[in-house]
Amino acid sequence: MTEIELKLKSLEYRKKILRYIKMASAGHTGGSLSCTDILNVLYNRIMNVNPQNFKNNERDRYIQSKGHSVEALYVVLADQGFFPEAELETLCKYKSHFIGHPTRKVPGVEQNTGALGHGLALSVGTALAAKLDNLHFKVFTLLGDGELAEGSNWEALLAASHYKLDNLVVILDYNKLQITGPNAEVMNLEPVIPKFESFGCSVRQVDGNDLKELENNLLDVPFEKGKPNVIIAQTVKGKGVSYMENTLKWHHGVPNDQDYKLAIEELNNQISQLQKPQLHEK
Amino acid sequence: MEKTLDLKYTYTEKKDTRSGFGDGLLEAGRNNPNVVGLCADLIGSLKMGAFQKEFPERFFQVGIAEANMIGLAAGMTIGGKIPFTGTFANFSTGRVYDQIRQSVAYSDKNVKICASHAGLTLGEDGATHQILEDLGMMRMLPHMTVINPCDYNQTKAATLALVDHVGPAYLRFGRPSWPIFTPADQKFEIGKAWKMIDGKDVTIFATGHLVWEAVVAEAMLREEGISAEVINIHTIKPLDTEAILDSVAKTGCAVSAEEHQLNGGLGDSIAQTLIRNHPAPLEYVGVNDSFGESGTPTQLLEKYGLNAENIVKKAKIALRRKSG
Ligand SMILES: Cc1ncc(C[n+]2csc(CCOP(=O)(O)OP(=O)(O)O)c2C)c(N)n1
Ligand SMILES: [Mg+2]
Repeated sequence: MTEIELKLKSLEYRKKILRYIKMASAGHTGGSLSCTDILNVLYNRIMNVNPQNFKNNERDRYIQSKGHSVEALYVVLADQGFFPEAELETLCKYKSHFIGHPTRKVPGVEQNTGALGHGLALSVGTALAAKLDNLHFKVFTLLGDGELAEGSNWEALLAASHYKLDNLVVILDYNKLQITGPNAEVMNLEPVIPKFESFGCSVRQVDGNDLKELENNLLDVPFEKGKPNVIIAQTVKGKGVSYMENTLKWHHGVPNDQDYKLAIEELNNQISQLQKPQLHEK
Repeated sequence: MEKTLDLKYTYTEKKDTRSGFGDGLLEAGRNNPNVVGLCADLIGSLKMGAFQKEFPERFFQVGIAEANMIGLAAGMTIGGKIPFTGTFANFSTGRVYDQIRQSVAYSDKNVKICASHAGLTLGEDGATHQILEDLGMMRMLPHMTVINPCDYNQTKAATLALVDHVGPAYLRFGRPSWPIFTPADQKFEIGKAWKMIDGKDVTIFATGHLVWEAVVAEAMLREEGISAEVINIHTIKPLDTEAILDSVAKTGCAVSAEEHQLNGGLGDSIAQTLIRNHPAPLEYVGVNDSFGESGTPTQLLEKYGLNAENIVKKAKIALRRKSG
């Protein structure tokens, strides 16, 4: 897949995220759009996991701790062939197994999440299990910045560095917003890099909506032998739709018809922008 | 269908019970300068915004850190404050059980744990958020008062009553818009069951949102010539055992109705009371050992049998067991 094709994928994912949130009349819009690029790179460039090897113990693991951004996960899993995309039309609906937070009833999901502050400990446990069996798979987990206020994260990090889990990759979706407001107002998180460093992690800071930068850094894992890897992904909540970007109300907003039309138009424009230079290159 | 029924209580407006909490808290803040509010990044969901706005210096945003919130609240009581904590019911209980057990219940601290989005009726978010075990967990704790009001007015009244009640308390309410069928000026007496409808054949003990379903069920049963007594058990603990025994002594059988697991909830409390004092047939309406799922409140209540139709069905079974 070329870099342009990968970028197009992010835009298609964003359109689908909005489509299914609209159909469900529910969803965590901003956080799904902020982590779309991260999931794109993980599933299309980095992780060795697919429907064929999902039962294989050597597959890479992805555990989404910020479970509320379930729409991004389901859309990417559908694209990977874990289930037919049309099934997402039942998202959040009665009798659907596409529940409003990740559930193992959905093929490709490793763990039920949704209560924040659980994913990191689970990932540390999984990474420990890999070390125990001398398996070389990696464990990736995605955390929210608001979520980091949960003390369980810091307990898990102590263990991660105590056990030298360099097969663990913690990605922080650092969009600076949570439900009630900016982290800085709700509960200050800064300075975040020295916090992770003082817990014994090897930390990199990247533009979390830049696919190339994400890929290059993720390919570098382990950053340092014997240290857990932390990627501070600087992201934009609501990324890709101008009126949703950095806007509190889109944490869980459902676009009305007019909003939706506008959003899809914007994303389509970005798609055609991308397709233009590609013609010149050839 | 409700429309054609001759209901003993009716409503003109629907509102979420969480708004009753939010409005009650604001009034409590005005009445008592020691009332403080704490919230874990869910001010909007808990309807705590008005309190925060009027009393910014008495409101503490703690971030997504529920365990810390309970600890801070318990600490504030040592400083003489009356803290009301606010988050979803799942994060108000299971998430922080040890903090509650050690620092609030065992230490007998005057913390009011206020819990929204309880039960199935929160809808789309699904099982992670739909706690159905909270009443059980809370009622097992010594010292803990457990309250589950039925509508907006009762939730507001309960919130205000908690200000004057000294000791640990758990107040449970929900997200959906729900009939307001109890009076705005009611006096809320903690621990005192409210007989809402007199009857003689079967007693329906209901709590929370299901009190409304019990009111509807009573009218449905009446149409079939069955006289049901409806008792609103807004306080699960301390349980008004006298009211329960008085009623069952008269009717001879009962149904319990709650938006909760059968294990550990209202039904179990009533069973304990009956079995020790006055054994009688008791049928349960509640969730039978299952987690929830996505759906609208109505769909989910129907699927899990938490509605008037199922209360009617269970009442008839109780009646048959009584006579058979
Ligand atoms: C333990 C817990 N407390 C509260 C919530 C409710 N909740 C869902 S999302 C959210 C805000 C999350 O903010 P952040 O971690 O920054 O995520 P993002 O901005 O990426 O959406 C909250 C408080 C929850 N899911 N789990
Ligand atoms: Mg955030």
